[in-house]
Amino acid sequence: MTTLTDDTLPVTPRAMRDEMIVFVVMALLLASVPFTGVYPFFVMQALCFALLACAFNLLIGYGGLLSFGHAMFMGTAGYCSAHALKVWALPPELGILVGIAAAFALSLITGFISIRRQGIYFSMITLALSQLLYFIYLQAPFTHGEDGIQGIPQGHMFGIFDLTKPTVLYYVVLVGFLAGFLLIFRIINSPFGEVLKAIRENEPRAISLGYRTDQYKFLAFVLSGTLAGFAGALKVFVAQNASLTDVHWSMSGEVVLMTLVGGLGTIFGPVVGAFVIIAMQQYLAGFGQWVTVIQGSIFVICVLTFRRGVVGEIAHYFRRSL
Amino acid sequence: MQALYAQLLVGLINGSFYALLSLGLAVIFGMLNIINFAHGALYMMGAFVAYFLLNLGGINYWWALLLAPIIVGIFGMILERTMLQWLTGLDHLYGLLLTFGIALIVQGVFQNYFGSSGLPYAIPDQLKGGMNLGFMFLPIYRGWVVVFSLVVCLATWFLIEKTRLGAYLRAATENPTLVRAFGVNVPRMITLTYGLGVGLAALAGVLSAPINQVRPLMGADLIIVVFAVVVIGGMGSIMGSIITGFALGVIEGLTKYFYPEASNTVVFVLMVLVLLVKPTGLTGRAA
Repeated sequence: MTTLTDDTLPVTPRAMRDEMIVFVVMALLLASVPFTGVYPFFVMQALCFALLACAFNLLIGYGGLLSFGHAMFMGTAGYCSAHALKVWALPPELGILVGIAAAFALSLITGFISIRRQGIYFSMITLALSQLLYFIYLQAPFTHGEDGIQGIPQGHMFGIFDLTKPTVLYYVVLVGFLAGFLLIFRIINSPFGEVLKAIRENEPRAISLGYRTDQYKFLAFVLSGTLAGFAGALKVFVAQNASLTDVHWSMSGEVVLMTLVGGLGTIFGPVVGAFVIIAMQQYLAGFGQWVTVIQGSIFVICVLTFRRGVVGEIAHYFRRSL
Repeated sequence: MQALYAQLLVGLINGSFYALLSLGLAVIFGMLNIINFAHGALYMMGAFVAYFLLNLGGINYWWALLLAPIIVGIFGMILERTMLQWLTGLDHLYGLLLTFGIALIVQGVFQNYFGSSGLPYAIPDQLKGGMNLGFMFLPIYRGWVVVFSLVVCLATWFLIEKTRLGAYLRAATENPTLVRAFGVNVPRMITLTYGLGVGLAALAGVLSAPINQVRPLMGADLIIVVFAVVVIGGMGSIMGSIITGFALGVIEGLTKYFYPEASNTVVFVLMVLVLLVKPTGLTGRAA
């Protein structure tokens, strides 16, 4: 029924092994970044967005649900972490937990509401809900409206790791990203992930086989939202602020774009897509609003000619699932 | 009480825009199975075309009311012919993504040349001034917007539900292959339908130009509210879209009077409530 992805290759031990090899290569490459002279801030930022895009991809690539409001989880976790760190002066690990808990709670509520409709309606509902949150954050006193929460203390992780040092912060963010990524990887290859794919391919059939598909989709939504919140909490330490930009619909659109460029329903696609889009924003920063035009053009080009995305094309060429 | 009536009027005006836009979305969705994310950008283009016509061509509001929807409609038909038609048979979501991309491009280009501030568009002479209705003062232009939108909405409803062309259209929505077998040129009808939906958006843009000023992002936030309206009303019925649009505008206006803090969010909150009580929307069928 769906033509979203053509990842219908079975999960064989060999495919799993290939994916693990790619994962190890990716982890090693990322771990060597501080020694290469690449601007670590850029990579950290990209890692946060990569995790966000992976979480988003869990929902669309494996559940077939296009959320157009994923920025709300990142933004909510960001605001709550930032508030916990700055106002309550909690240590970083607890600050992150507060953010994740907030995103978890939000995804329970929004999931319960939005999962009632499918397809196009689901996208519109998630978009509308994120806009509702945007207006709430615009008016709520603790977010400081247009100014956002600024100058967030980074502190010492577990009392030992000094996050004000860029290299330490980099490895903390990297470990966070890899942990989140592995969790998503595990979810996708679990029996739960297989049922999700079945629902994506043919929901009525899955229902007829006795699966309560709404519960599966709801769980996928909550997992995705919570992981997106984790990405948002990590981003607080990198950017040292939490602002309305992170809850705006254009941010949700960027996440969709990253995943689309990398490859919907591929494991590594969102990571590649996030790096491509963040790098593009970095290099084209001087072009002002033309960046929006370029992003729009990439959307159009991807949808018309390049629906598999970068990783999807590679995987298709080698007939592997990546 | 004056303030209440004034907010009610603002609500009716916003309701007119919601109705015109959600009507266009519903018509397009019926034929193309696409949610047109570019609808807000095309609404904005309608206002800009009116602005250009006046300031570059000296063409007045009345002609703009006719010409802007045609010009933007043709632009929409070109989009449909060059891009959207290639999505037939693909998942609905690709239509959303493609039109989102188009919206980014259009809004980005206008932002580059016109920034984010608003350009003024004068109310035409014939509609200047106001009337004292006894209980409130009615600016004529605002009354005109409500009445004219209502007429256009009803005309669209009539076109689709009561004419032969509309019958073809509804038939093609149900079963395009069969209608094609009867010798109706369905692809051309799809293009014209997209043009019609886009034209309605552009018309709303022209109507709003004297009230809200002409801004590149005037449609960006509006379209999200209209999406919520569409979720509430469902896209199954034309009359449903019209009524929901006006009703939500009025409710928003009342909220502005009684509890202004919630005026931005009331439509979304209503959407949540409707989803909890009746997930298919007020007039919608199961998706």
